[in-house]
Amino acid sequence: MTVEIGHFALVLAFALAIVQATVPLLGARLGNARLMATAAPTAMAGFALVTLSFCALVAAYVASDFSVANVWQNSHSLKPMLYKVTGTWGNHEGSMLLWVLILVLFGALVALFSGNLPATLRANVLAVQGWIGAAFLLFILATSNPFARLTPAPIEGRDLNPVLQDIGLAVHPPLLYLGYVGFSISFSFAVAALIEGRIDAAWARWVRPWVLAAWIFLTGGIAMGSYWAYYELGWGGFWFWDPVENASFMPWLAGTALLHSALVMERRSALKIWTVLLAILTFSLSLLGTFLVRSGVLTSVHAFATDPARGVFILIILSIFIGGALSLFALRASELKAGGVFQPISREGALVLNNLFLSTATATVLIGTLYPLAIEALTGDKISVGAPFFNLTFGLLMVPLLLIVPFGPLLAWKRGDLAAVSQRLFAALGIGLVVALASFLFVDRVSVFAASGCGLAAWLIAGSMTDLAQKSGYPKVGAGVAMRRLAGLPGAAFGTVLAHAGLGVTLLGLVSVTALEVERFVTMKPGETLEVAGRVLTFEGMTPLRGANFVEDQARFSIAGADGKSLGDIASSKRVYTARRMPTTEAGIRTFGFSQLYVSLGDPTDDGGVVVRAWWKPNVTLIWLGAVVVMIGGGFSLADRRLRVGAPAARRKRTERPA
Amino acid sequence: MTRKQKRLTVIVGGLAFLAAAAALTFYALGQRTSYFYMPADLAAANVAPGERFRLGGLVAVGSIERGQGLNVRFAVTDHEQTVNVRYSGILPDLFREDQGVVTEGSFDENRIFVADSVLAKHDETYMPREVADALKDKGVWQEEE
Repeated sequence: MTVEIGHFALVLAFALAIVQATVPLLGARLGNARLMATAAPTAMAGFALVTLSFCALVAAYVASDFSVANVWQNSHSLKPMLYKVTGTWGNHEGSMLLWVLILVLFGALVALFSGNLPATLRANVLAVQGWIGAAFLLFILATSNPFARLTPAPIEGRDLNPVLQDIGLAVHPPLLYLGYVGFSISFSFAVAALIEGRIDAAWARWVRPWVLAAWIFLTGGIAMGSYWAYYELGWGGFWFWDPVENASFMPWLAGTALLHSALVMERRSALKIWTVLLAILTFSLSLLGTFLVRSGVLTSVHAFATDPARGVFILIILSIFIGGALSLFALRASELKAGGVFQPISREGALVLNNLFLSTATATVLIGTLYPLAIEALTGDKISVGAPFFNLTFGLLMVPLLLIVPFGPLLAWKRGDLAAVSQRLFAALGIGLVVALASFLFVDRVSVFAASGCGLAAWLIAGSMTDLAQKSGYPKVGAGVAMRRLAGLPGAAFGTVLAHAGLGVTLLGLVSVTALEVERFVTMKPGETLEVAGRVLTFEGMTPLRGANFVEDQARFSIAGADGKSLGDIASSKRVYTARRMPTTEAGIRTFGFSQLYVSLGDPTDDGGVVVRAWWKPNVTLIWLGAVVVMIGGGFSLADRRLRVGAPAARRKRTERPA
Repeated sequence: MTRKQKRLTVIVGGLAFLAAAAALTFYALGQRTSYFYMPADLAAANVAPGERFRLGGLVAVGSIERGQGLNVRFAVTDHEQTVNVRYSGILPDLFREDQGVVTEGSFDENRIFVADSVLAKHDETYMPREVADALKDKGVWQEEE
């Protein structure tokens, strides 16, 4: 019964989304306030209905109701409760439902916080959200119904793919979708602005918190996905340039560009047309990502059982939304008036450069991701574009961008003084050079290339901090005064510094692991030892163990330092999940400072040994810690009073002040 | 500089940058991509030893031989032709006889494929798409229950 209620709620939500998509739009056209006023309540009711539907599906999973096909395919009565719940979105149908749930959540939030928007803009924004919601609800109902029943009901389910039975599934997809789908808000705002043919700096101020929030979530989702792949897949890799990773990375790159261009628009009302275009493109890339992941056109761990009808359906949605929005853009963009002028050397100029690099990088990733599909369609040849391509093109584009990052925040708006800024960055440059030189001279096996990478990371971190030092007046004023001044700074100032410094932290992790990783690959018998980067692993033996829905052979290793002192132990295992008879490898990971020791098992050998693969991964955790720092930076910006959603009065005054 | 000249400089600069990026991308696409072949395609493809490509097919029944330490030999087949593969490393969890597999590497002088990576299915209901397509073309594809 709950299941039917869930299904029915979904149908109702679809009907309501159509109302939300049309009535407010008509109201805005006719200037009818009562028609426009339907937008917010329908958005909130739609959210309530989809939530109900989603809860019904979760309830079916919790109760292990195998009469529901989706539950039967992806769950098992012995599965731990956490994975029963998260398994709800560990499959195509459920994850699409989560996608739509987050979409209507954002719609409801906009409805809730947009009381101060002009009535027509609000109506149009929510109507566009309604279109997206209606399209994806129809997609679920027509091709991916999670509530389909089975008769007779099977006694036991087929279990969730063991790779997904992990806490990562509880965090990664919701975070990623909050990011992906969060960009729908800026898309809706952009389309609404184009429908009205009017846009001003206030538009950027309304949109920016949404972009920022989506971007923080997407950052977290990508970082979490990367860490999950790192520890779960047992290959010790953290980024594979897999098409599906690229699918989430492209909206992130475009979203980063959008975040910066919206800043220019908000402060200087310049770059309006470009910002609107970016807002459309960013969400288009999110849709493209959804298509790539959900249609099965690409080979990937994310491609659940595929069905061509779904791919075609999403492709149609994709073409309608992207095509429609871009046509509207082509028609109306010329009506949007250009804004403030600025010198090439200025904060705006730096941000334009940022956008140029980021959008070019996005385009390279896009080309690399779609090229194999295009070649296959054109010639029938099957090719793959992998890490070497992306490392070369993307890497070459990122180096100059990262080099100029510290300059941006120090340049004045409108007309900047490059010489003065360079002078202030002297200390940071010194730190960067010293770090590069020191890592080249004092760390073994470091190439010039890797040392430059370390220097670049140090330059990024120190250069970002320079901004804070300058604002506090340190070292000219005493530390006490400087601290007080810092405490008085708006959150956004810390946001910029942390986000930029976080990039440096991630870069340092990437360079360390790439340049200094140690890999050992041997057959071991109990009692034998293996030295990895100054640490000695002793294989203690194998123990058979039994989990809730798996059996495993666990190999235990004790770790000792070079001086023989014990550093704890580490366990890695080969599991077989009984329901699917599917084997997996569980890596053993132990963290020392920022570095990790990573042990993965291969097959047992005939003579009682086992194949062991062990890595020393120096500073590997910095890759993800850097992303956390970036997210905290984003959080600071979001919490800044000037940006807070729904506090427009104070903000309006600010822009009238000459910059 | 007049405003017009300035604008021109910006546009020319931007275009030059984009052109450079495009040139880099196409250079990299030419150099850094690898083709996918099934064993039967190899006769026509004329692959030189050392040239990297991806080889896909089914793991031939009875072909898996574990040698000293980490060395493994197996054969990849599409039921027309078979290619012998040498690999040193940990095989994926789902690597089994008669299952789809995609390997990447190159031929040595004796036309033995030296693989440096071996990918198998990610889960029980999933087959590498290239392999599935190619097997369907040859009519030897069996739907799993």
